[in-house]
Amino acid sequence: MLSDEVQTLREVPIFSSVEPAKLKLLAFACDRMTYRKGQDLFRQGDQGDAAFVLLSGTADVIVSSASGDVIVAEVGRNAVVGEMSALCNVPRTATVRATSKLEALRISNDHFLALTGEFPTVASEIMRTLVTRLSKTTTELVNARLPPAPD
Amino acid sequence: MERSLLRYIWRHTCRQQLWILLVVAASMVPFFLAFDLPKQIINGPIQGNGFEAPDERQPFFRITYDLPVIERGEFFTGIDLDRQQTLMALSAIFLLLVLINGLFKFYINTYKGRLGERMLRRIRFELVDRVLRFPPNHFKRLKSAEITSIVKDEVEPLGGFTGDAFVLPALLGGQALTTLCFIIVQNVWLGMITAGIVGIQLSIIPRMRRRVLELGRLRQLTAREFSGRVSEIVDGIGAVHSNDTSNLERADIAWRLGRIFSIRYDLYQWKFLVKFVNNLFAQVTPFIFYAFGGYFVLIGKLDLGQLVAVIAAYKDLPSPLKDLIDWDQARQDVQIKYATVCDQFSVEPLIAQSVQALAGGPASRLESSIIISNLTLVDDSGAKLLDEVSTEIKPDETIALVGAAGNGAEAFAEALARLIWPEFGSISIGGQDLLDMPESITGRRIAYASGEPFLLHGSLMDNLLYGLKNAPRPDAAAKDEQLIETERYAIEARLAGNVDFLPHRNWIDYQAAGADGLDDLLHKALPTLEDLQISNDIFGLGLRSTIDTKEQPTIGERIIELRGSLRKRLVDKQLDDMLIPLDFDRYNIQASVGENLLFGTWSQGTSSDLAMITHPCFQHVLHSTGLDRSLYGMGFEIAETTIELFRDVAPQHSFFRRLTFMAAEEIPFYQARLSRCRGLRFEHIPREDRASIIALSLAYIEPIHRFGILTEPLMNQLVAARKLFHTDISDDIAKLIDVHDPERVTASATLLDNVLFGRIASQVADADAHIQAIVTELFRAAGLYENVLSLGLQFDVGAGGKRLSLAQRQKLNLARALMKRSDFTIFNRPLSALDQRVDEEITRGIVQRRNDAEHASTILWVLSDPRVAQIFDRVLFFQRGSLMGNGSYFELAQSNAAFRDFLELPSDHL
Repeated sequence: MLSDEVQTLREVPIFSSVEPAKLKLLAFACDRMTYRKGQDLFRQGDQGDAAFVLLSGTADVIVSSASGDVIVAEVGRNAVVGEMSALCNVPRTATVRATSKLEALRISNDHFLALTGEFPTVASEIMRTLVTRLSKTTTELVNARLPPAPD
Repeated sequence: MERSLLRYIWRHTCRQQLWILLVVAASMVPFFLAFDLPKQIINGPIQGNGFEAPDERQPFFRITYDLPVIERGEFFTGIDLDRQQTLMALSAIFLLLVLINGLFKFYINTYKGRLGERMLRRIRFELVDRVLRFPPNHFKRLKSAEITSIVKDEVEPLGGFTGDAFVLPALLGGQALTTLCFIIVQNVWLGMITAGIVGIQLSIIPRMRRRVLELGRLRQLTAREFSGRVSEIVDGIGAVHSNDTSNLERADIAWRLGRIFSIRYDLYQWKFLVKFVNNLFAQVTPFIFYAFGGYFVLIGKLDLGQLVAVIAAYKDLPSPLKDLIDWDQARQDVQIKYATVCDQFSVEPLIAQSVQALAGGPASRLESSIIISNLTLVDDSGAKLLDEVSTEIKPDETIALVGAAGNGAEAFAEALARLIWPEFGSISIGGQDLLDMPESITGRRIAYASGEPFLLHGSLMDNLLYGLKNAPRPDAAAKDEQLIETERYAIEARLAGNVDFLPHRNWIDYQAAGADGLDDLLHKALPTLEDLQISNDIFGLGLRSTIDTKEQPTIGERIIELRGSLRKRLVDKQLDDMLIPLDFDRYNIQASVGENLLFGTWSQGTSSDLAMITHPCFQHVLHSTGLDRSLYGMGFEIAETTIELFRDVAPQHSFFRRLTFMAAEEIPFYQARLSRCRGLRFEHIPREDRASIIALSLAYIEPIHRFGILTEPLMNQLVAARKLFHTDISDDIAKLIDVHDPERVTASATLLDNVLFGRIASQVADADAHIQAIVTELFRAAGLYENVLSLGLQFDVGAGGKRLSLAQRQKLNLARALMKRSDFTIFNRPLSALDQRVDEEITRGIVQRRNDAEHASTILWVLSDPRVAQIFDRVLFFQRGSLMGNGSYFELAQSNAAFRDFLELPSDHL
């Protein structure tokens, strides 16, 4: 039901600043989808058409590389995934796969962009999330590139 | 093209023109006879000249002719008749002459008309034929609407002129000359003066008209540009809206119309000025006759009878003269039109006719290498696309063309497909220059597909087989009457210089595709369609088309059986939450309230919810079950929530797409309606408001809209109402509804809906895809897969294939290229609209199938993702128009620095 979804959306950091009436409208404009365990929300390399807010259940974020698939993160309730492709039209950078029965709100690209346009706070929240993620990635990259410490 | 229209017409119709001249000359005889006859009838039998005595007889049918210059003559001495008999006989002759004249006129006019239409057909065909032979780069400068307007409208007057091109001047010139001679014979001086003035008239008027013609040419050009602009606006309407340039377009159109207006106004001024001068000249001659002729009569130098005869004869001169000048005007007008058309279509170098000659037999295989030597390509601005590239492409190779976009790989592929012609250097196969080879070889033995597919308006099948339709095939089943009809068509076509083969004969070259008929072809094409991952799309189109169970009995008979297997399969796989079956005793949560109430589909088109709710039959059911109150309450809540949600949203907002039951502009009406009805007892609510609020509830689907207002008791109430409705149903409404029946096929529903017999759960992710996969599997198991596929191939792709997505169009385009089983296959980023992953999968699939095939085609593939080049035998690596690397992927990845950079391989790779 819309009212439950609004409750969940309010707990998501990037939407916390949006007034409840708008969140209800957003929820109405979205699809509420259910996934079985093992089902993909989206796959790496595909063109992104939506972002997802997880309402219940858990999922793995998987990046496939030459050396095989690597689980880079685990996400659960209130997490937002797929927003990068929704924002800037790049192919999906990872696969997100449900690890339990999962429910999610699917926010299509244009809705997501409209929202960031209307609510600057949403945009800055998203920026904060992305920057946090980037700095984490950078640290990991530096660690990976550093020559192994001499014994 | 022939620059002079008259010469062009003469060359193609000289025999017909001579014949029509002859006929016109022959028609003059009865024409002049008919002139003379009334005088004879009145003078002879009526007034009694020659019948002075009551029983006097006169010779009848003594035909005399009375022409100027030549004296009276006699053909036939005739039979003797009395006065009454002569009257009747002469009148009968008059009637006969009228008839003969009429028939002559009829024959001449239809003959001239046919001559003109044939000429028009010839010119139009020739123009389109030239378009087909234009060099490829010329099309960059063409506007299709301008070409269309030339071929369709601008040459139209040329046809009309053809019939009169020679006949009219001969006729009018003859008349004018005869009159002039007569005047000269009467009086040399007056004749000379007349001739002099006619001479001045004939030389000045056309000169003055030159300006008129110049303006006419301008008018033609501006009108053509105007139509080009209009079509540009239509084609680019998206860009106009998204850039807010509609007013710029308005200004441009207004400016062009203004120019056309001033040209046309100028044209009128000149036209009437010329008319004025012309009339003046025509009137000056009689003035001379009266003034000077009269003077000479007065002083006795001229005989009065001669002057009268001259003036009488002159009466006949201005009208043919004027017509002659008008004809000349028309001639110059069409000549100018024709010349501008010629300018537009005289493109050099045109592709030689022999290159496109029709070749019926199978084309011989290209078994030698393609030698590319010093190939240099330039674009329109002269910038080099490819610079001095030399290489050899051996048969049986797979070659990846790699490079950043615009670095030469695409241009190289286009040159091999003859879409760009070399500036220097050459491409040759077996010692023959590629450009000189007939298209019947290159078009069949070389296949090409780029990312900009061209689809025709027609079915998917027409488009898929387009590349196999190179020449008409002998039609064994043709009937005799058809043959006669065909022969008649062919004769007429040849007379107009058109080709004589028919487009709707069988053109499909099944042999080229390695098949022996349409069904076999489809069967053989199936693996290719699967490789391209388009067979699913086509199958889907087949599933979503309605079927006529009489025409497709093989499918129709088994739909019910498939329904059962689908249900069983879903239960087995524990996927039964994906499809909620239609059950007369249960509410279907995935269908709207209205659908649940109706439990059927409208057999003829659809009916709006409001129309349904106001039908007396439904009114009765709703009232007797008390549903009207419950649905009204539900509708009221929906309206309230919707208005609360959307009150402040701009009507163009993308959120409105979600709002299926109310349009943005309806919100204020519902707002007013709610405040009107709030607090009123149900009975007091106006009928109209009640209906439109209840109609809102009919569109409601709980899992989609999620207002949480559809309760269990309400659902039970709805099912009860449904049962009541279907037991009490009246015949007239029963006819309009196809009730969902588990044992029967619904003709008005799609094949898929018939098999599903339920609603797909919208909230289950990928339910659509899952169910389609299972349905596909079931159809395969039932041996009906190809039947549905061929149903899907009947899908009409729309103008330019716009009813398909770009990805589907690209796949179809690729499939079309693969259908021909060519010796060289060139792909130029053919799947650019697809996801990288899918693009790669398809590329691998096609190359793999090619490697497994018996007669392997050479493949040249401009790749979007250079890493896929690993599966190719050889890589040609282009950078800034030069061939920077030529070798296997691993060689290049190891030793070619530029290639390594391009792939962004780290320095320690391999």
